[in-house]
Amino acid sequence: MRFGHKTGSVTEELALVSPSKLAIDKVSKSFRSRAGTVLALDRVSLNVAEAEFVCIVGASGCGKSTLLNIIAGLEKPDSGTVLADGKPVTAPGRERLVMFQEPALFPWLDVLGNVLFPLKLKPNLTKKDRRDVAKYYLELVELTRFERANIHELSGGMKQRVALARALAPNPRVLLMDEPFAALDALTREQLYGDLQRIWKSRRKTIVFVTHNVREAVCLGDRVLLFSPHPGRVQEEFIIELPRPRDLNSVELATYASRITHALKSGAQSEPAIAK
Amino acid sequence: MKRFLLAVLFFAVLIAFWEWAFLAKIWSPVLLPAPQQVAEYLKTVATDGTLVQATVITMRRLLIGYVIGLIGGLPLGLLTARWKVFHDTIGTLALGLQTLPSVCWVPLALLWFGQTEAAMLFVVIMGTLWSVVIATDTGVRHVPPIYRRAALTMGSKRLHIWLKVILPAALPFIVSGMKQGWAFAWRSLMAAEIFVTILTGFGLGQLLHYGRELSAMDQVIGIMLVIVVIGLLADKILFSPVERFLHRRWGTNP
Repeated sequence: MRFGHKTGSVTEELALVSPSKLAIDKVSKSFRSRAGTVLALDRVSLNVAEAEFVCIVGASGCGKSTLLNIIAGLEKPDSGTVLADGKPVTAPGRERLVMFQEPALFPWLDVLGNVLFPLKLKPNLTKKDRRDVAKYYLELVELTRFERANIHELSGGMKQRVALARALAPNPRVLLMDEPFAALDALTREQLYGDLQRIWKSRRKTIVFVTHNVREAVCLGDRVLLFSPHPGRVQEEFIIELPRPRDLNSVELATYASRITHALKSGAQSEPAIAK
Repeated sequence: MKRFLLAVLFFAVLIAFWEWAFLAKIWSPVLLPAPQQVAEYLKTVATDGTLVQATVITMRRLLIGYVIGLIGGLPLGLLTARWKVFHDTIGTLALGLQTLPSVCWVPLALLWFGQTEAAMLFVVIMGTLWSVVIATDTGVRHVPPIYRRAALTMGSKRLHIWLKVILPAALPFIVSGMKQGWAFAWRSLMAAEIFVTILTGFGLGQLLHYGRELSAMDQVIGIMLVIVVIGLLADKILFSPVERFLHRRWGTNP
């Protein structure tokens, strides 16, 4: 590792933190809309082990994003609890970083500035430490050459890689990813699956990844949870026992994917839930 | 460089045309002096200090009033964007007063403050303030909510979010509001100086006014040129660098 020989707070900052264990217990959430009250989540319970990569798959409007927001602390459940390492989640915090479908990068900052943003909120780091840490993560997502670029100059895939570097920079215990690759073209997406698996292996994070793309879920997850809509529930669970790194186009992966797609179709007979 | 030369050429042609109109005696020389006469007038007032003094007085009024307008307008705009109750009250007031041409404040300012600096400052502040309030309010409302959510997950809280996320995100709107405020303030200050003798100092507007009183067209045109140049310089020095930065960062077309 590049900073392995250094001593002091940068090494400390870049050291692996223990990933969180998540316990989601009977979480319910409903929204009021013009068509009445919609139960987005109905007593959803699930456990995520340390450093586990869990994918949640479901049709749009099935409440999977709501669950992710609740784990992040951005929304409060009507009932039920979310525990991260035994402590209840009450507010958002940098232990659990979120990557959204839109990169949500700040256009008034350049690439390096964006990655520095969460680091500036961390106390006990010198200016140089922060820069070193930010540059380490830019190297990890292979964007060192673009650290001075403006956000609008980047392609969609590069933007999401900056967003990933920004999410990793404060060294969170959990990464929450809300369809982060949904807006990208297939080739870019495939490349990012490789990057994400590589980074997950080297940085050891607990990841909850929400998607409606079954193959994506099988490619990335240790476990794939199938969400059924109306009300949102965990319908079925699949353990993916494929060696990594996984090839999106392999037959084994396709077999898993077709099984899950089949289950998805059989479970989604009811009307789609009204989107929030 | 080519663009610069083209601009120079354009203005040279313009002055040549003016010279020609003077020589051809299309209008009486009293109404249209020669370019040299105007240049001579400007040279005289520039050397005897009149011009510098008037410019300093006018710019001082403008800058002080403008800065006060900004300092007041920004937080007011943030308030109206943040709380409904301020939006419905101060926001509505700002919207109403912004539609009022700022020169309309001159009579009121004179009655309230007399022919003093305070009246001039008041006019400038009224020209600036409401534009800045409305631009800040609009800018903040246009900030995509995702920025706030992203910042929250990174550990940013209230004041930090406002200073480091919402304010910079609203910057393009705020800057255009500042520019509009500047234009309103500049116009209303000129109008006030031209129509009213301010006893506490003679600004550029007054020089223009006396030019008319004395039927000295070289003075009128000379001072008008100075006012135009100041406007151009303000744009180039105050706003252009900021706007260039915004265009570069946001990737909007200049």
